Amino acid sequence: MLLSILAQSAYLPPRASTVAPEVDGLFNAILAIITFFCLVIFAAMIVFAIKYRHRVGHEGGASPGHSTALELTWTIIPTIIVLTVFYYGFKGFLNETVVPPNAYEVQVDAYMWGWAFTYPNGHVDPELHIPKDRPIRLVLSSRDVIHSLYLPAFRMQKSAVPGRYNRFWVQATRLGEFPIYCAQYCGQNHSEMLSKVVVHDPKEFPDWLERASDLAKQPGFTPIKAGGQIVAARGCLNCHHTDGTASTGPTFKDLFGKQEVLNDGEVTVDENYIRESILYPQKRIVKGFGPVMPSFLGSLKDNEIDWIIWYLKSISANYKGDMSAGLSGGAVATSQAAPATKPAQ
Amino acid sequence: MSAITPPAHGIGLPVEREPSPPRGDNYLTHSRGILSWLFSLDHKRIGIMYLVGVLTAFLIGGIFALLLRTELLTPGPTFNSNKAEAWTFYNHCFTLHGAVMVFLFVIPAIPAVLGNFVLPIMLGAKDVAFPRLNLGSFWCWIGGAIFFTYVLLGGILNASFGWHLPGGYGLDTGWTFYTPYSTGQGPHAHSTDGTIAALLGVFILGFSSILTGVNFIASIHMLRPKGMGWFRMPLMLWALYATSVIQILATPVLAITGLLLLAERVIGVGIFDPAIGGDPVLYQHFFWFYSHPAVYIMILPAMGVISEVISTHSRKHVFGYNFIAYSSIAIALLSFLVWGHHMFVSGQSPLANAIFSLLTFSVAVPSAIKVFNWVSTMYRGDIRFTTAMVCAMCFIVMFTFGGLTGLFLGALSNNIHVTGTYFIVAHFHYVMVGSVLFAFLAGLYHWWPKMFGRMTDLAWGNAGALTLLVGFNLTFMPQFIMGAKGMPRRYATYPVEFQGYHVVSTIGAYVMAIGLFTIAFNLLHALLKGEKAPANPWGANTLEWHCPSPPPHDNFPVEPVAGDPYDLKSWQWDEATKQWVLDEQRARTVAGTEPTVHHH
Ligand code: HEM
Ligand SMILES: [Cu+2]
Ligand SMILES: [Cu+2]
Repeated sequence: MLLSILAQSAYLPPRASTVAPEVDGLFNAILAIITFFCLVIFAAMIVFAIKYRHRVGHEGGASPGHSTALELTWTIIPTIIVLTVFYYGFKGFLNETVVPPNAYEVQVDAYMWGWAFTYPNGHVDPELHIPKDRPIRLVLSSRDVIHSLYLPAFRMQKSAVPGRYNRFWVQATRLGEFPIYCAQYCGQNHSEMLSKVVVHDPKEFPDWLERASDLAKQPGFTPIKAGGQIVAARGCLNCHHTDGTASTGPTFKDLFGKQEVLNDGEVTVDENYIRESILYPQKRIVKGFGPVMPSFLGSLKDNEIDWIIWYLKSISANYKGDMSAGLSGGAVATSQAAPATKPAQ
Repeated sequence: MSAITPPAHGIGLPVEREPSPPRGDNYLTHSRGILSWLFSLDHKRIGIMYLVGVLTAFLIGGIFALLLRTELLTPGPTFNSNKAEAWTFYNHCFTLHGAVMVFLFVIPAIPAVLGNFVLPIMLGAKDVAFPRLNLGSFWCWIGGAIFFTYVLLGGILNASFGWHLPGGYGLDTGWTFYTPYSTGQGPHAHSTDGTIAALLGVFILGFSSILTGVNFIASIHMLRPKGMGWFRMPLMLWALYATSVIQILATPVLAITGLLLLAERVIGVGIFDPAIGGDPVLYQHFFWFYSHPAVYIMILPAMGVISEVISTHSRKHVFGYNFIAYSSIAIALLSFLVWGHHMFVSGQSPLANAIFSLLTFSVAVPSAIKVFNWVSTMYRGDIRFTTAMVCAMCFIVMFTFGGLTGLFLGALSNNIHVTGTYFIVAHFHYVMVGSVLFAFLAGLYHWWPKMFGRMTDLAWGNAGALTLLVGFNLTFMPQFIMGAKGMPRRYATYPVEFQGYHVVSTIGAYVMAIGLFTIAFNLLHALLKGEKAPANPWGANTLEWHCPSPPPHDNFPVEPVAGDPYDLKSWQWDEATKQWVLDEQRARTVAGTEPTVHHH
């Protein structure tokens, strides 16, 4: 027991899923087997190397060119070992494959370079929130290239392939937060395609979902704050920084109201241009940047786009208009069409 | 047929057994001028040209490796303050590192360099079966290398000056060219536009590989000398034969896959990209159908070299000859049935996963047994720690680690945890780099005296090899741990918790570089200042040691008769003349051949 705790912290991530102990058990068993074989092989090699080294007075002896008994032994024993390892690997895999009934289903959408987890009530979140002790079935797909959803603490991984659905399930056994990585190379920001699993107490999970689903219902809601949450949550900030530096995309700082030079022509960044850039990003490209942004058509709602616009106004020195609507909660939040509130410049 | 003459020298002996050949005539001095090399049909010269080529590729691949490891010293960007550019640079580095190392270095290294040089001489022949095809193979390699150079140059020009060669922006798909990223249908097409040139390069390199394979198979079938039945062949020849079978059967699949990818990328035929009706996982099946066997294109010839080197320098008949010979062929055939183990998480059916896992384990057993055979060969030997032998022992260490860690990967539930992480990177570096590189070096040291007629300096060679061993383990051992802890591969930046491992790994890479430069220096030093090598400096009994060092243009003036290739005991050290002398009577008895007749 003590040994396994020590071992776990030394070379394996924390164990947070039902399958993890079984996977680690096999890992440690294989580790023991290979340590044994390495020791035997290296010891034999070193002993022979020393004992039979060439030196004055030493003569090599004769030994048989082969030995059926010996050769059979060292064929049969490894065969039995690898078959056993196969069996346990396969058994663990079956447990990981057969989904228990009544699993809670989350849809996973991978894109360059982020994750969107869609919950049964339609809420989309950049993080995977799940209740503890309940089987969760994940249905994965990708909007562009192949990615791979990797949950080390759960010992689980599956590719997100465009044009098809891959499925797997997990069941968390520990509360807490655990990393999510993309483990299939997917281009420039592959290494920043990170997220996390947040395991909730099953009783609190519904509350979390309700709160997360409706930003307008969150305590202290304002359109600006909600916009800020959305750009962080939906991965915008992966490419658009807010500190004035250009990254994969132009910075958000002082963007609203700015005169932007495009590949062909110019534009003053206003509500319409922002809306177009979110829904149809390839239409007009800012000079110096690649046509790399994914479309959010159908995945961001109108009011969410409004809030994003409010947020952008709030961090732009180029926006001189009235800010009060963006700062107040309540009814304003549900007001439609941003262009209607377009202030005079 | 000519007159029958009595054998002058007995079993396996050429006419000549002087320490150095008569002045002026060896293959190096046979003709002069650069053209006499570039268009030479002499397998030995072609081997040497391949040597220069693959070592250049190794140097370039190595520079990329050092750049990669340096970038990974810290999680932040190192070579460029702009993150996006730093990550792009990193991605290009690992792609070119992998592609250059795999396609231009490891695959051709042992067969094309050592194989070309020694195979015909081991057969007692004057050349390979089709010398023109052999030259063609070399020029295909050059052709492929030109395409890679174009991609490389394009990347450098783009990064340094912002110039854009057509289709030469560089390449950041990884050596695996996974679709649909590489087909570039999406918005990221520009960053993968080197795919076209690189795949054309791979296509042409494929022919280089296929032609060598055809040549070796034909040579082994047609040119074996008297006395060399199949089970009298040196194990190196078995290994090259098995390798050639894979080269011929697997490489065309890669070539076709490349063409399909190009068809999709260039003219938009929907094959792999789901956006135009293709299936991206199909590409992975095609790719690994070649690339798993390809790992055996790398390791089988390495195993051949190790069998020769361990037996010779332990002065012992190789243990379990028949098993090693058969298992080379068995591994070659089985290697075609396990490709799906690279795709356990791709979404292929659970049944396919189970079958591929089971078959994967079946290949592991013969590999393990070979290790037992080599170690047993040392038992009761008279072991000399030549640099070749030291490298061979390093090979055993590397291959044992690398092969045994394959057990984790073959086991389904464990694979799912570590696939796509540094664990994979460590695993395949132990087998492809640790093992194959050490075998290549063992072979170079073993045959260097034959190739150039010069001995290498023992102390410097061994120091280089051991430095490399230490550096290698420093580099890749931490990667196993990182991977098991969940650090994904191909990451330009990483969570800080992994930094310690990355730093050690980077230091290891620098140590490796020192080891490799020591070895390079040692080999070059031998060329310039090395002691003259006798025909048979190791007292080995395969036929190449029966001809002078360096061999004359046409190897053997008289077709030799082969004996038992591992009959080392028939060569005795003669203290007076300081050379190995053959006890002909004994050799004949061991070989079970009566004095036979030579045909001129
Ligand atoms: C002897 C037993 C071996 C076993 C059981 C084994 C098993 C495996 C498995 C299951 C994988 C797939 C891992 C993954 O991607 O999830 C793998 C990857 C790999 N193996 Fe091995 N392997 C063995 C030996 C070798 C040898 C001898 C070589 C090369 C000389 C080799 C080279 C590779 C390479 C290059 C990869 C990964 C390539 C990539 O993803 O870029 N392996 N191995
Ligand atoms: Cu990804
Ligand atoms: Cu494989």
